[in-house]
Amino acid sequence: MPLTIEDPRVVEFDVRTDEMLVNMGPQHPSTHGVLRLLLKTDGEVVHDVTPHIGYLHRCAEKIGENLTPVQWIPYTDRMDYLAGMNMNLGWSLAVEKLLGIEVPERAMTLRVIIAELNRIASHLVAMGTYGLDLGTFSPFLYAFREREIILDLFEETCGARLTYSYLTIGGATHDLPAEILIPPGLAGLTGRSPDTRLSWLDAASLFLDWFEPRIQEYHTLLTRNSIFIKRTAGIGVLPRELAISHGCTGPVLRGSGIDWDLRRDGDPIYTRMYKDYDFDVAVAPFDDAPPEVVVGDSWCRFFVRMMEVVQSVRILRQAIERYPNTEGTHRVPHKFNAKLPRKEVYLETECPRGAMGFYVVGKNDAIPLRARAKSSSFCNLSVTAELCRGVLVADVPAIVGSLDIVMGEIDR
Amino acid sequence: MGCSPATSLAVTARREPAPVDSIVTETFMKPEEIFDVLRERFGEDIIRRLDTEHGDPWVEVKPESITEVARFCRDDQRLQFDHLNNLCGVDYLEPDPRKAAKAGFEPHLEIVYHLSSYTLRHTITLKVILPRWKDDQPGKLPEVPSVCSVWAIAEWHEREAFDLVGVRFVGHPDLRRILLPVDWVGHPLRKDYEFPLEYHGIRGK
Repeated sequence: MPLTIEDPRVVEFDVRTDEMLVNMGPQHPSTHGVLRLLLKTDGEVVHDVTPHIGYLHRCAEKIGENLTPVQWIPYTDRMDYLAGMNMNLGWSLAVEKLLGIEVPERAMTLRVIIAELNRIASHLVAMGTYGLDLGTFSPFLYAFREREIILDLFEETCGARLTYSYLTIGGATHDLPAEILIPPGLAGLTGRSPDTRLSWLDAASLFLDWFEPRIQEYHTLLTRNSIFIKRTAGIGVLPRELAISHGCTGPVLRGSGIDWDLRRDGDPIYTRMYKDYDFDVAVAPFDDAPPEVVVGDSWCRFFVRMMEVVQSVRILRQAIERYPNTEGTHRVPHKFNAKLPRKEVYLETECPRGAMGFYVVGKNDAIPLRARAKSSSFCNLSVTAELCRGVLVADVPAIVGSLDIVMGEIDR
Repeated sequence: MGCSPATSLAVTARREPAPVDSIVTETFMKPEEIFDVLRERFGEDIIRRLDTEHGDPWVEVKPESITEVARFCRDDQRLQFDHLNNLCGVDYLEPDPRKAAKAGFEPHLEIVYHLSSYTLRHTITLKVILPRWKDDQPGKLPEVPSVCSVWAIAEWHEREAFDLVGVRFVGHPDLRRILLPVDWVGHPLRKDYEFPLEYHGIRGK
């Protein structure tokens, strides 16, 4: 009796074809960088996927063993280059914990503002490029329009637009500027004069006021779009046991229904930054999800990121209101060549892509014995083989895109 | 958070924001208690010591028994370490002979396992201490049993540790280089690693 497949998308399923090996990448646009996936296909169906990584490997950990912690901060920027501030923060906190540095309230609030803004920027790119993976171009343009303003704001704080090295050991290199020229994109979008001068915090508030209603537009464009739902709902379902066993973190873990956010559940040196803020952790399942959605599928992972943007806006509003009245300075002094004691610290922080861990071992010298960066995308990518087994070739970019990987962080 | 840690994992999209101070609950185990549980089960020979003086507390485990200890850590109801946060190798060697006397450690390799539990919210670090070379013959990689069968992510982390630090994980299903090319020579995170002068016609240095 012939095998019948109910799924109408699978045409000619019972036509036997030869097994074919297809190289997807390392220059394929929807592999998000230099990732190479070796697909073993049978017609339209993928039987096995082998990810090959390492094309962007720079052995940052070896470099870290030959530099002082402050000197290594620019290298952390280049790991997850879409969220450089969060990388700086993770490494700085790990070294601060090793050295026992207490950061004043003002520096902590500044770090919250900067880290959450970068989280929004990173999730915007994730949203835009995920649209590209699925064949729609316009969300990408909107996402980059918004991100541009955030990058302009970051440029005012530290002069850089991508690799910031702004958050450093002991706080941040500079305080937030008292007066800036309004970012050109923001002036155009809000109808202000391009010569308007205002404080950095006011510019950030102005951006949030303009940005918050736009989130609904992205939902209309992507999240509730019936083509988008058909491409993502029920595709790449990651069960919670598999997510835990594969060490998935961040939106991938929360998309599988595990209520875990290091901003709330992490190490005290990290959670004390967030403990006075009122925010929720977005976890699947969602009450307002379309009926086709299954917990742990690509749609859930995408939606967790969208909900996190809303929560980041909430945190930012509270932090911006609080910042002018905070105590202390933006930075406590840290000697550039301070000796690292013979101790070891492992610290994870909640980066946009998941839990980024830094392990630092001191040897009574200015340079560490070991500087290890545990990448969150590395662990998230390791489930690709499990998720892509038995899907259609066209669903592979939809699954890999929903994991939101950055190769700079995986290869380090 | 108004619910106990076990039920907090039950999925609720909208719930009360959690005050951070209330995370530590009665199920949270201190490193000393975790150490006692492991000692009681495996004995002094396997669970060698607990170090709390050098930053994060860690437990030294006999290399040959790491798989059983890891599986016990994951499956025991009191421990429930379901998450392997990080696995990496550390090369303890001071390559400069003038500083070697003051380094404060004998040359050795360590494999570090950072574990945590989503349900019970405690963490522990396990370590195995290996010689830098098996049988003291330079070039022969030291061996340690793999923990792939306990946590799936260990498969990639062990490949990375093999690639960069040079440790052979016995029982690993597919132990090959992950970040470096297949034909690369040496393990870069070894302290005495020498950078190649040439790779396929590409000049180094």
